[in-house]
Amino acid sequence: MANGPQLPEFALKNPAGGEYKFPSGHHALLCFVKEDCATCQMTMPLIEAAHGAFASKIEVIAIGQDAEGNAKLVEAHRLKTPMLDDSALKVSFAYGLDTVPTIVLAAPDGSEMRRFVGFDKPDWQNMIAEMTRLSGSAAPSIDWSKYPQQRPGCGSRSVEPEIAERLEADARGEKLTARQIEIGEMDPFEFMFERGLTDGLPVIPPTPERIKRMLTGTRRDPREVIAALPPNMGPATIEKIAANAVMAGCKPEYLPVVIAAMEAVATPEFNAHGIMSTTWGATPVIIVNGPIRERIGMNMGMMALGYGNRANATIGRAVKLTLRNVGGAKPGDIERSTLGSIGKFTTCFAEWEERSPWEPLHVERGFRKADSVVTVFGLESSSRQIADQTSRTAHALCGSLGLGLEACWHPKQHGAGEVLLIVCPEHADTISREKWTKAQVRARIQEITSRPLRELIPDAESGEGVPLKALGLTNPTPEQLEQRIPKFRKPEYINMIVAGGEAGKFSAVFAGWVSGPMGSSSVSKQIEE
Amino acid sequence: MRIVDPTDERVPIRRTLTKRSGKISGAIALLDISKPRGDVLIDQLAARLREEMPGIEIRRYKKPTFTKPAPEELRRQIAKESDFVIEALAD
Repeated sequence: MANGPQLPEFALKNPAGGEYKFPSGHHALLCFVKEDCATCQMTMPLIEAAHGAFASKIEVIAIGQDAEGNAKLVEAHRLKTPMLDDSALKVSFAYGLDTVPTIVLAAPDGSEMRRFVGFDKPDWQNMIAEMTRLSGSAAPSIDWSKYPQQRPGCGSRSVEPEIAERLEADARGEKLTARQIEIGEMDPFEFMFERGLTDGLPVIPPTPERIKRMLTGTRRDPREVIAALPPNMGPATIEKIAANAVMAGCKPEYLPVVIAAMEAVATPEFNAHGIMSTTWGATPVIIVNGPIRERIGMNMGMMALGYGNRANATIGRAVKLTLRNVGGAKPGDIERSTLGSIGKFTTCFAEWEERSPWEPLHVERGFRKADSVVTVFGLESSSRQIADQTSRTAHALCGSLGLGLEACWHPKQHGAGEVLLIVCPEHADTISREKWTKAQVRARIQEITSRPLRELIPDAESGEGVPLKALGLTNPTPEQLEQRIPKFRKPEYINMIVAGGEAGKFSAVFAGWVSGPMGSSSVSKQIEE
Repeated sequence: MRIVDPTDERVPIRRTLTKRSGKISGAIALLDISKPRGDVLIDQLAARLREEMPGIEIRRYKKPTFTKPAPEELRRQIAKESDFVIEALAD
C-alpha cells in the first residue's frame, strides 16, 4: 500500500530529557491525547501495550495537549510510553487535529501510513496487526472484549475558538511587537481606566491573545504603519489599531472597516487635527457602503444612528479610541470641544442602499457598487431630526428638509459647507414617487433656503451671520443687499444617504464644520476584504 | 495578565521655558490664527504695544486657516524674525 502525505516535522521536549524529533528514521506511532477526554483515558492502555510490544522497532509516542494533564496521564496509567508535551498545541495544529485521540502511524521517512480518530476497535486491531508485521515482534496480549466497538473522541484543544485563532495567527508568522505591560493581580478593567486609556466607558483589556485573534480579520502585516495619526502624529500600526479595536469590542471581521476608516481619517484632506481639537463639537462620522454591511451585520434600518448594534457601535468607537490613544486626541488635552456630545463616543452606520431610490454614496464617489467602502465626514458629533409628517409632494417635502437644514451652525450662516442628510425611507418614498434625482433635491434645498443678504448680515438682533467682509463688501448697495444667498456654498455639499426604519417621517442631518481645503473634506476609502 | 500597550508609546520631550530676562526688546510677533475677530484683538494689542514700548518692532503674521497647525515654514519664519510671539486665539 502506498504511503500517504508527508507529515509535518516537529521537535518536542521529551520528559526524559532532550528533544524528540520527527521523523527519526524509524516507524513511529504518534498518539495525540488529552487528559480530560474519557476516550483518551480508555485508549491509554492500548498505547502502552503497543509501546511494550514494539518499542524496540517502532517508536510509540504519546503527545499530550496540556502539561498538567500529561503528568496525570503518566501517573494514572504508569506509562513507560514517552509523553511529549504539546501544551503549546503547535504540533496538534500542524497535524490538523479536530479530535483526540488521533492516532497516526508513520513510515520511517515521515509519511503517513494510517490515521484514525476517536476509538474504533477494528482500526486498532488492524493497526496492531500491521505493527506486528512491520516489527517482526510478537503481538501484545490485549483483551479486546473489554473495549467497545466504537467510541467517539473529544475536541482537540487546538480547535477551541480562542486557541485556534491564535494558532492560525502564529502559523501566519504574526508576531506582536508593541510594548506589553504586566498588570499582575490588578483588575484589568480598572487598570485601563487608571492608565487613562478609555473613553469613559469600560474597555476590553487588549491581551496579546485577543489582539492576535483580532488580527485574523486582516491579511495586512501587524507592523505596517498606515499613517502618522494627528494630532500628535503617532505611528498607527495595524497592531495598534487592532489593540484599540479589541478595546472597543470589535469582532475580527470588523477590523478591515476600522483600518480603512483610520486611513481616511489620517489624510490631510480630512484634517483630523482640526476635527479633534476644535471647540465646535465635531467628530468623524463614519458611513459604510457595499457588501460588507450585510456580512458584518451593520444596522442601516431602524435606529441606524444608534444604539444597539455591535458593528455600528464598536467600529466608530475603535476609530475614536485609536485617535485618542495613538493620535493623542484626549478630551481636555488636545480635544477641546466646548460642549462635546454623546456622538463623540462613536458615530458609525451603514447606508440602506437597497431602500434608496438613488445611487449609493460610494457609487456617487466613483466606486463600484460591489466595492465595500468607508466614508468619513468631519461633522457635528450629534444629528438633529427633521420632521415632516404631512408633505405629499417632493417639492413640499424637500422644502421642509431645506428649512430643517437652515438651523445648521446658525440660521443666518449661509454659504455653508458639507452636511450629511439622512433621508428616512418614508421620505425617500415620497420623493421618489416623482422620480426626483439627488440633483433636484439639492436644487430645491438651495432654492428654499436662499435669503436676501440683508437678512443674513450680523445686526443688533443677532450678531452672527454672513460677514460683509467675507463677500468683499463694505458699503453694499441696495441691489447687493437684495442678492439671494443659498444655505450651501455648493449644492454638492449636501451629501445624501438613505437609512432608518420603515416607519416614521423623520429624516436627520449632521451639520458640518469648516469645509474644503481650509477645513475638512470627507474622504472615502475602499475596504480591503 | 499582560496587555499590549494601545498607545503610540512615545514619551513627550520635556522643554524648559526660555529664561526670562525681565526686559522686552527686539521684535514681537503678533500671530493672527484667522479666527473671526482675531484681527480686532491683534490690532488693539499692536496699538497698545506701540504706545507703551515705542522702541519695539512689531511684526504681523497670519495662519492660512485656524483649523490646522501653522505651516512649518511660517513657524520657522516667526522664530527667525522675532524674539517674542503673541498668538491671538479666537472670536
